[in-house]
Amino acid sequence: MNAPKLKVATTSLAGCFGCHMSFLDIDERILDLVELVEFDRSPLTDIKHCGPCDIGLIEGGLCNAENVHVLREFRHNCRILVAVGACAVNGGLPAQRNHLQLSEILEEVYHTSPGLAAGSRIPNDPELPLPLNKVHPIHEVVKIDYFLPGCPPSGDAIWKFLTDLIAGRTPALGHGLLHYD
Amino acid sequence: MFELETAPANAQNLRRVAIDPVSRVEGHGKVTLLLDDNNKVHQVRLHIVEFRGFERFIQGRPYWEVPVMVQRLCGICPVSHHLAASKAMDIIVGAATLTPAADKLRRLMHYGQILQSHALHFFHLSSPDLLFGFDSAVAQRNIVGVAAAHPDIAKKGILLRKFGQEVIRMTAGKRVHGTGSVPGGVNKSLSAEERAALLKDAYTMVAWSRDAVAIIKQLHQQNPALYDRFGSFRSGFMSLVAPDGSLDLYHGALRARDADGKLIFDQADYQGYDALIEEEVKPWSYMKFPYLKSLGPENGWYRVGPLARVQNCDSMPTPFAEAERKEFVAHGQGKPIHATLAYHWARMVEMLFAAETIKDLLHDDDVESHDLMITGGQRAAEGVGVIEAPRGTLIHHYRVGDDDLVTMANLIVSTTHNNQAMNTAVRTVAQQYLDGHEITEGLLNHIEVAIRAYDPCLSCATHALGQMPLEVSLVDAEGTVLDQVVRDSHGQTRRDTPASP
Ligand code: SF4
Repeated sequence: MNAPKLKVATTSLAGCFGCHMSFLDIDERILDLVELVEFDRSPLTDIKHCGPCDIGLIEGGLCNAENVHVLREFRHNCRILVAVGACAVNGGLPAQRNHLQLSEILEEVYHTSPGLAAGSRIPNDPELPLPLNKVHPIHEVVKIDYFLPGCPPSGDAIWKFLTDLIAGRTPALGHGLLHYD
Repeated sequence: MFELETAPANAQNLRRVAIDPVSRVEGHGKVTLLLDDNNKVHQVRLHIVEFRGFERFIQGRPYWEVPVMVQRLCGICPVSHHLAASKAMDIIVGAATLTPAADKLRRLMHYGQILQSHALHFFHLSSPDLLFGFDSAVAQRNIVGVAAAHPDIAKKGILLRKFGQEVIRMTAGKRVHGTGSVPGGVNKSLSAEERAALLKDAYTMVAWSRDAVAIIKQLHQQNPALYDRFGSFRSGFMSLVAPDGSLDLYHGALRARDADGKLIFDQADYQGYDALIEEEVKPWSYMKFPYLKSLGPENGWYRVGPLARVQNCDSMPTPFAEAERKEFVAHGQGKPIHATLAYHWARMVEMLFAAETIKDLLHDDDVESHDLMITGGQRAAEGVGVIEAPRGTLIHHYRVGDDDLVTMANLIVSTTHNNQAMNTAVRTVAQQYLDGHEITEGLLNHIEVAIRAYDPCLSCATHALGQMPLEVSLVDAEGTVLDQVVRDSHGQTRRDTPASP
């Protein structure tokens, strides 16, 4: 009893938050989980930067410079880094823009799309992170310890994965929980 | 209230404070403040920092894929995108009127979505601020803190959301990113067991939703000065209403009112939305700024979502929600309520409306019917689908060629309509609370409280991409350059991506 709680951080990079929703789909088991773990940086807390953590859960791939920065912060601080969902694992749906030229999308969104006010210009403020040419899966940039497929992985899959890991077992999803849609 | 949008010329002498990332909201955003040596606020901006380009890469895809693809815009309200796209594609396939069963099953899915999203927003994301105070300890300000201090409230919140997610799973096939709605109808009805399982809990959900309304009302009553004043400003409102003016979140026509509550337009067919609404782009945000064309960008911006809907409609079709709506409207003493924090109250009234509607739909035998599809209709080249998503009016507009491939997509998502309003809210709060004070974490959270009230879905809200004189390299673990972008000061983008292996 009263073993120190494991620290878990989560973040969404170029994802849709669906993987975080699926995490919440463990429903009332979240109340059991918080007996075992403590949350660090996460969209669910107000901790803005990741401290030393045991487990880091990453949703989403890399679509801009800021994503890369946050991913490195997580890798630096987390003992175990997990790619959660299709976007983190292989870029996911946002990677469908990879066959298009960024400049072409730019033209479209700011010059030819309907309903724009006259004189609309492309946002260019230094506060906005620069988009990458292509959306990249996160393992291309840092070492990833586990890959959890699915769009999103179900709440049950995330629960099984985390409880295995917390109990010191090698996580194994097995039939039914391992899926790619 | 626009003075804080752009600092005067001395900006280089000002101190920058950033809230980055804005937390307990969905998606990626940050707030920057520029302050002088006396902590006087000169500029406040909410920046939406992500770009994904959905509208562009949907082009060239077959139309029937779109309802499944677009929901990946947003994992909190995927059903909204799923259904708005389906409604647009209904027009494309000549099925503007669905079978009664399909209509009811889509409504069930949608009200499941409203229930789960409103519960998530109130309990998981916002309740820590409201229950503990805006400058309470950071470590406590989350759902875990709520569970420790108010286990009953947290548990009900979690189970309300669970019920909404289960309604979605049984109608859409999956809790997140289901496939139940298709152009011309739905592909699944409820089995008798599923219907019974949901009905078993439906009455509890109505009761707990009533409790939730009671909680937020009590908070208002305990501190009216805070709840009526915090980040309050005047604006117009827009939402869908049913033909009789009552609240309908699945289908209707557009109604807009000005800040005094007077009608600007009513029963406007949303197929012509582009004659009513235009969008402006500002250089510091990827999210556009819509406004009513007839009033122009300065005066034509408006709010959408619960605060707009509850006041825009003439009535609510379910009894408990209608009683609560009347009480809400009475709080304004004959005037529209403009308080930012009143969003929460309105949102809980809507959650109650969703719970009652789900219960009623579950009593309708059509939800077990197998008459689910309209086929063989007259094809159209263009279609607009509009729905009231949890956060407000959601517009999907597509053109589809004879080869079934999408040639044009335009989306105006709910949060985008509130862009100007959220910026005005954070500027109002900055003036009310931060101006001239030593900036503390708790004061900065006041800014976030104002943003959270709008329940922004910043993930949905990105249509565009940025342009700045910068160079970014993406280097892999071995030091190999994977991607490099250089943008010069003329805005020309140059790519130096190594050839793929
Ligand atoms: S994997 Fe699917 S659910 Fe997860 S972030 Fe990507 S699109 Fe959303």
